[in-house]
Parts: sequence; C-alpha cells; structure tokens
Amino acid sequence: MDLTLKIWRQKDASSKGQMVDYKVTEISEHMSFLEMMDVLNEQLVNSGEEPVAFDHDCREGICGMCSMYINGEAHGPDRGVTTCQLHMRMFKDGDTITIEPFRAAAFPVIKDLVVDRMAFERIQQAGGYISVNTSGNTQDANSLPISKHAADEAMDAATCIGCGACVATCKNSSAMLFVGAKVSQYALLPQGQVEAIDRVQNMVAQMDLEGFGNCTNTGACEVECPKGISLDNIARMNRELMKANI
Amino acid sequence: MTLNSRVPKGPIKDKWTDYKNKIDLVNPANKRHIDVIVVGTGLAGGSAAATLAELGYNVKAFAYQDSPRRAHSIAAQGGINAAKNYQGDGDSTYRLFYDTVKGGDYRSREANVYRLAEVSANIIDQCVAQGVPFARDYGGLLDNRSFGGVLVSRTFYAKGQTGQQLLLGAYSAMNRQIARGKIEMFNRHEMLDVVKVDGKARGIIARNLITGEIERHSAHAVVIASGGYGNVFFLSTNAMGSNVSAGWKIHKKGAFFANPCYTQIHPTCIPRSGDYQSKLTLMSESLRNDGRIWVPKKMEDVMAIREGRKKPTDLSEEERDYYLERRYPAFGNLVPRDVASRAAKERCDAGYGVNATGEAVYLDFASAIDRYGKEQAKIQNIKNASDVKIYELGQAIIEAKYGNLFQMYEKIVDENPYKTPMMIYPAVHYTMGGVWVDYNLMTTVPGLYCIGEANFSDHGANRLGASALMQGLADGYFVLPYTIGDYLSDDIRTGKIATDTAEFDEAEKDVKERLDFFINNKGENSVDYYHKKLGKIMWEKCGMSRNEKGLKEAMVEIKALREDFWKNVSVPGGLEEMNPELEKAGRVADFIELGELFAKDALSREESCGGHFREESAETDGPQKGEAKRNDKDFAFVSGWEFKGEPADAVLHKEELEFNDIELKQRSYK
Ligand SMILES: Cc1cc2nc3c(=O)[nH]c(=O)nc-3n(C[C@H](O)[C@H](O)[C@H](O)COP(=O)(O)OP(=O)(O)OC[C@H]3O[C@@H](n4cnc5c(N)ncnc54)[C@H](O)[C@@H]3O)c2cc1C
Ligand code: SF4
Ligand code: FES
Repeated sequence: MDLTLKIWRQKDASSKGQMVDYKVTEISEHMSFLEMMDVLNEQLVNSGEEPVAFDHDCREGICGMCSMYINGEAHGPDRGVTTCQLHMRMFKDGDTITIEPFRAAAFPVIKDLVVDRMAFERIQQAGGYISVNTSGNTQDANSLPISKHAADEAMDAATCIGCGACVATCKNSSAMLFVGAKVSQYALLPQGQVEAIDRVQNMVAQMDLEGFGNCTNTGACEVECPKGISLDNIARMNRELMKANI
Repeated sequence: MTLNSRVPKGPIKDKWTDYKNKIDLVNPANKRHIDVIVVGTGLAGGSAAATLAELGYNVKAFAYQDSPRRAHSIAAQGGINAAKNYQGDGDSTYRLFYDTVKGGDYRSREANVYRLAEVSANIIDQCVAQGVPFARDYGGLLDNRSFGGVLVSRTFYAKGQTGQQLLLGAYSAMNRQIARGKIEMFNRHEMLDVVKVDGKARGIIARNLITGEIERHSAHAVVIASGGYGNVFFLSTNAMGSNVSAGWKIHKKGAFFANPCYTQIHPTCIPRSGDYQSKLTLMSESLRNDGRIWVPKKMEDVMAIREGRKKPTDLSEEERDYYLERRYPAFGNLVPRDVASRAAKERCDAGYGVNATGEAVYLDFASAIDRYGKEQAKIQNIKNASDVKIYELGQAIIEAKYGNLFQMYEKIVDENPYKTPMMIYPAVHYTMGGVWVDYNLMTTVPGLYCIGEANFSDHGANRLGASALMQGLADGYFVLPYTIGDYLSDDIRTGKIATDTAEFDEAEKDVKERLDFFINNKGENSVDYYHKKLGKIMWEKCGMSRNEKGLKEAMVEIKALREDFWKNVSVPGGLEEMNPELEKAGRVADFIELGELFAKDALSREESCGGHFREESAETDGPQKGEAKRNDKDFAFVSGWEFKGEPADAVLHKEELEFNDIELKQRSYK
C-alpha cells in the first residue's frame, strides 16, 4: 500500500516542532508499524536527510519503550497492543497517517517522537519497592502461602510496562493508572503490607509534584492501555490512600 | 599466558562455602569510599547494582534505554529454574548441576555450574520477598513447569512474563538505592570504552545519548553486564539495541573473548515473513510442555497446505509426522533446544516446511486442549460433556497458561492459534559465548568483571531453558557481591580515581575520533545495509550447521564487508544531539569484527557440541546416526581469544575443562 505520513519533527527539547509530510510506497500489510517507519528512515538516510527519531527496543510489546500517538490515539487504532505490535493491516492503501509523540507536560519531547519519561522513574523511586536487602538468608519462598487469587490479581497489576499511554491519552494527563497498578501489586501481597502507608503517600505525592493531572474518571486510560490494566487499580489506590490518611 | 580459572580447591559441594569463608572483606565504613561502575542494568547488572549499593559501595549504573526496566531481560517469557524440589520429583542441587552440565554438552566449568545450582534456591526466596508475583497453585504455594532437556519440574514462572517480573523486582531494588543516593543511574548513556590505569580497569568513557556529550567516569572496579550478541545475525529474538560493543571494547583492551561461536538457535520462534523484517519473535519454550511439533508425512499434503488447498486441521493423526516424538521417544517434544532446532531444519531442508518460504513447522495444541478439557469436565463434575464443551474447558486452561503468547502470535501472524496450529521456525536467541571470566567473574583484566549473558560462563555449548535468568540473578545478587569485595579490599586506601589523567585523555580521544569519522564519512550505504549483509553471511555460513568451507568463506566475506563499511558507510545527523544512526553505526562496526572472530572460532572447533554443529563431526551409523558427535579427547576446553589488532589474528588460549564430578558422556535424548 502507499501512504502519506504526517510526522512531528522537532530538533531538540528547546526547538519548536512542526508536522512534516512524507510518502512511503509498497508497504506490506504484514509489516509492523515500526518496520514501516524503518522503511521511511532507510529512504531518508539514502537521500541524505535525517531519519525520524523514535524510541523502540524489544519490538514485542514488553519493554514499554515505543510511544507513538497515531491518528489521535496512543499506540494507534488497534487495542491491547503497543506501537511496535501494531500491524499495517490496520491501515489501507492511500491512507494519511498522523504520527506524534506522547504529549503531556510531564513528558517533554527530547527529539521528534522521543519523549522524556523520567517522571515515571522518580515516582517509582519514591516508593515502588519493598525494603528487603539481598542476603541469601531470606525466608523460604513457600513459608508464606498467598492465595492464587491474590497472586493472580497482583500479577495482572504488575504487567504494566510503564509506557505512558495512559498519560498521553488522558485529557488531564493523569498518571493514576500507572501509579495505581504499582500500588495495587504490592497492596495485594502480604510482603507489601509493611510499608503500604508510606508507599502510597510518597508515590502519590511525587506524582503530584511531577505535574500529572487529576483523575476525573473518564476511563480513557483503560481503553488505550496496551496491557489491559484495569480501572480497579485506581480505585484500589484511592482506598489505600484513604486508609493511609486516617 | 595460561588461563587460570581460579577455581578453589576442595570437594565441589564445599568450594563456594569455603571460598566465602576465606575471602577478604571490606568493612562497611570503607565501602563508602569505593566506587563501582556497572554497565548494563538488566537482570545481571540491575541485581548487581542494587546489591552492591545495599552493601554500601557507591554505584554508578549505565543503560542505553531510558530506564533499567526496559533492558532486554524484560522480554524473557518462560521462567527461571531453581533446585527447590517443591514438587518432590527428585530435584536437588546436584541434579540441576548435572542437567546444566549435560545440557551444555560438557563444555562448561563444573565449579561455576555447581555454585549456580547452589544459589538458585536463594533467588526464588529473594524475588518472592521483593513482591515478584510468581504463579501459584490453589493451595497458595508456588507452581512449577518443566522445560526442555530435563525430567523434573523446577521452573518458576509469572505467566509468560517471567523476565519482566524478575526485572521489575531488581528494578525496584535499584530504585530503593537510587532514592538513597547509593546508585547514580545514567539512563540513555552508552559506554564506548573502558579506561585502564596501571593495568587495572578504572573507568569508562560514555556518551550521553540525548546531548551527545562524551563523559568520563571513574571507579575502583568496572562490571560489564551488557547482555548477549545474538544481533550479530541481524535477525534474532534480541531487542533492536542489544549489542556486543561493551564486551568487544573490553576485548580490544585485553579481556579474552571465549567461545564466540556458541550460539543458541531457539526452536520455537515465529517464522519470518519478508525482507523488511526487523526482528524475530520468540514463542516461549514452555509451549513445548503442551504443544506437539509436526509436519505432514506426505509431500503431497505439504504442497496442498502451501497452496491453501488443505488446512493443517484436515490432516488425520496418521498423516502427521510428530518427528521429535518419533526420533526422541524419551524426551519427545522436550528435547533440548539445539536438538529441536536441528530436527526442524532437517525436516524443512527435506522439503516438508509448511509455509510459503518452506521454513516452518507446526506446534499444535489440539491434544492438550482435549486432555485438559476432559480433566476439567471430571473436576467440575460435568457428565457427558459435548466436544464443544470439552474444547471450551480445555481452551480456558491453555489460555490461563499461555494467554499472552497466543495473543502475541495472533497479532503478528493474524491467525487464531487456538483454532489452527502455530507455525514456528528456529531463530537466533542467545549467545553462550562471551567475555572470558574466572571463578570470581573477573575477566583477564584486573578489576574488570563481566556478568550475565555477556560472559561465557555457565552454559557450555548450549543453554537449557530458564537458566539464563537464573544465571543473571545468581551473578548479580549472590556471586559478584562476594567476589568483587575480595578484590576491592585492596583499594580501601586508594581514594577517588582521577579522570583528568593521560589514560582518560587517550581513551576519550579514540572514542571521539571514531564518532567524528562516522559523521564526516558521507558514504553511500546506510548502517542497516551492512548489518543485513553481515546477518546473511552469519546465518548462511555460521548458523545452525557449519562446515570448513563455509566458515573460511565467511571469514573472507566478513573482512571484505568490514573494509567496505569503513569506506562507504553513511551516518546522517550530528554529534552533539540524539542520533540513533550514529549509535547503530558503532554497534554494527563492532558486530562486524566480532563476526570474523566468531567464524574463526567455529572453524577451529572441529567437533560438534551443543549449539555448534560441524557437519564434518556427526555420527555416521548406528542408532545415533546423524546426531552431533563431540570430541572430548581434543576439544574439552574453553577457547579464550586474545585480541591482536585484527580479529583474524586473535590468539587462542585454552582453558582445559576438568570433569571430576560428572562422567563425560555422549548426550542422548532418545
Ligand atoms: C525473547 C527472549 C525470551 C527469553 N526467555 C527466557 C526465559 O524464559 N528464561 C531464561 O532463563 N532466559 C530467557 N531468555 C534469555 C534471558 O532473557 C537473557 O539471557 C537475560 O535476560 C540477559 O540478561 P542480562 O542482564 O545479561 O542482559 P540484558 O537484560 O540484555 O541487559 C543488558 C543491559 O546492558 C545495557 N547495555 C548494553 N550495552 C551497553 C553499553 N554499551 N552501554 C551502556 N549500557 C549498555 C542495556 O541498556 C541493558 O541495561 C530470553 C531471551 C529472549 C531474547
Ligand atoms: S498503565 Fe498501561 S498505559 Fe499506563 S504505563 Fe502501564 S501499561 Fe502503559
Ligand atoms: S518496542 Fe518494546 S514495547 Fe514496543
């Protein structure tokens, strides 16, 4: 198929950006979206132009690196996938595709489609851990049974890949789904109980400090989340926060 | 120079304990004055950085991604081994040790492997304490599955995302130390060289990938944990950025490179679909627990399927060749990876491949769905369940076990694997070779360590499934923190290492010159052009089976490719900015050099062992006809290569392997 691409080009954080049009031809429907971008970049390199910078690494939907806002949707039109898992069969010959970076005040653009997600790092550093040292004398893993149900629910929350699609898609740029997922994982496990109060308070405080917006329950984040992280995690975090504040 | 493995004396089961009792320790107050650089924060580097910081050292950690959580360890799917014997099926430290040495085709160092098996149980305890949500059974205890090449169930897992959960555990431990100021994390930084002072590793030169700035960082010891180099084949299951550069740079500064030709080609990957393909996707080996591998028995069925006249589900049981079950009745679909991969290649080379490219075999879940469905019907007390009901019940179990893998497959291939068998084909997956290290995990350069997939150590010529995660975490959590302390105990009075010295000047100058060259060259061809060419040579001549002629040709072709690269490569953009093409150029330049050494290593190893199959060394008759033939008399050694200016001039140093606790046997999975 032949496509027109409208892509956000921005030299660096301090420059102004703009949309630029490109054409690509003979794109196979079996290509992934990023393979289509590879074709474009190869074309640009061969004609002496600078290729489009974008983040990517694993190309199988797990590292959370890729982050494109395609035709007005974080990770594009398909559901339950990251940008790298999006396939060209979702598009048709002659389409014009708009490609922008994830946008949020807390995610400044570094270059073209690459954004700075260090705010997520700092939130995790504020409390996204259990304080246990490595000693080799930790208690036996099976000495504390955990119900399958709780373990499975914790696992579901823990599958968040930290991509930031939830933020990019939210009209308030709220990070509640991301933070709620981490808080929930630990809240559901006995190991996480000891520090539960400090954890939720510190992580939420850091989230506010970073300039993420409030949650107004539009639910857009859950729809766009490639890992199906559910809104229940936000509710659980709010309960944890209430518990912590009384 | 003879390679000294520094394996402690004494019975194998006491070595590690005795060693730990006797090493020098650094007291807590002194650790505050000691800096350690860790390059790479995947499972190995992340666990090492966190543990060293907990102990009190000042850690500087580097990763090229924007967060430690994105290291390629995140992509590991199937699981992690540990000799816990929770299933009561006869597992033990010894058995894990034995399986690993045997699985590695007797080309690993016994003492290291024993230690790995010994600390494996601690890893699970540690991860559970960190909140890693491993799969559990209905009684609330940890669940296990089994992987290829073994007869026990010792693999712990978190759905199909075990690597992710383990890495997030290590990442959380790192975050705690970053918050305390004990780890200084340098994301989006790439190490471009190591700096030696008086023969010891004392720092690195790194490039800030956002600004392009070249930085100097000093430390009392440097740890390389930069992962595997499977991308030397261009197409592999590795991440796009996975590279050999850190390992290759230290090789050029004196660290020996061991067994570069030991590569694991994983049997269950999604077949390639076109020339634009940028990477290959693994379908976890755990699928072989429940999936059966087959191709049609008759050539006419193969043709009918390729031409779309028949569907695989149209073929009856009798019309299918479950070739692994046929050839290896004892292990069946669970033979080790190298064996399974070669068997798939054998069938496809014989013309039985089931897709348009002729490079695919089926992985079929129909029998498992049926079996689980009937089992569930019994458990749920459903009398006279219909076929549809049984299917539904069975599918639910398969979905719970492998749901995310099935989803991934469907997204890529656009076929529903619950309804029609998956198509799979072998792909480059893991590199057992790597930087040579001794028992202390130290390279041939003092103060320079190498851990995780980047080193060569524990898997011999073939790695068993679920053992890389185990090794990475063993190295980082439980081994390196001891061994490095022994070395650093001499450095308590050294004080900060200055970076304004001639050694740093020189290293920085070299790095800058090379980057300048790339930007100014203005050649004809993109970096990917060369990477793809290299990949093609590697896959065709150094891939699943190798012979003398092909390897010699590969060496010549790779050298020619290197010369062309340095004349005609084109890198757009500038130095002082984010420039992904520039990053790639440096990595591919190193891959090309490694490729040549790789071929040389494969050429010099005139035997078949594990993932290294030399056509000249196969059984010619008897029940093992066609199987790989190892030559213990002449090749029971580790090849450690010393750099001498050109990859082809590298000098071989042998570390003879001694087997005192395991009898050397020709592997048989029949
Ligand atoms: C798809 C897939 C599935 C797998 N499944 C399993 C499994 O189920 N079980 C199992 O045991 N094993 C599995 N493996 C293997 C296993 O995941 C890897 O061997 C292991 O995770 C490697 O860990 P590592 O810490 O050594 O390296 P990595 O996780 O690759 O980390 C490398 C680190 O080095 C950094 N880095 C690299 N070069 C530089 C540089 N020059 N400068 C700065 N930083 C640098 C990177 O940023 C990264 O942080 C799988 C592998 C793949 C590819
Ligand atoms: S919650 Fe979902 S969308 Fe948000 S960061 Fe995690 S995986 Fe991405
Ligand atoms: S590149 Fe890793 S999730 Fe897309």
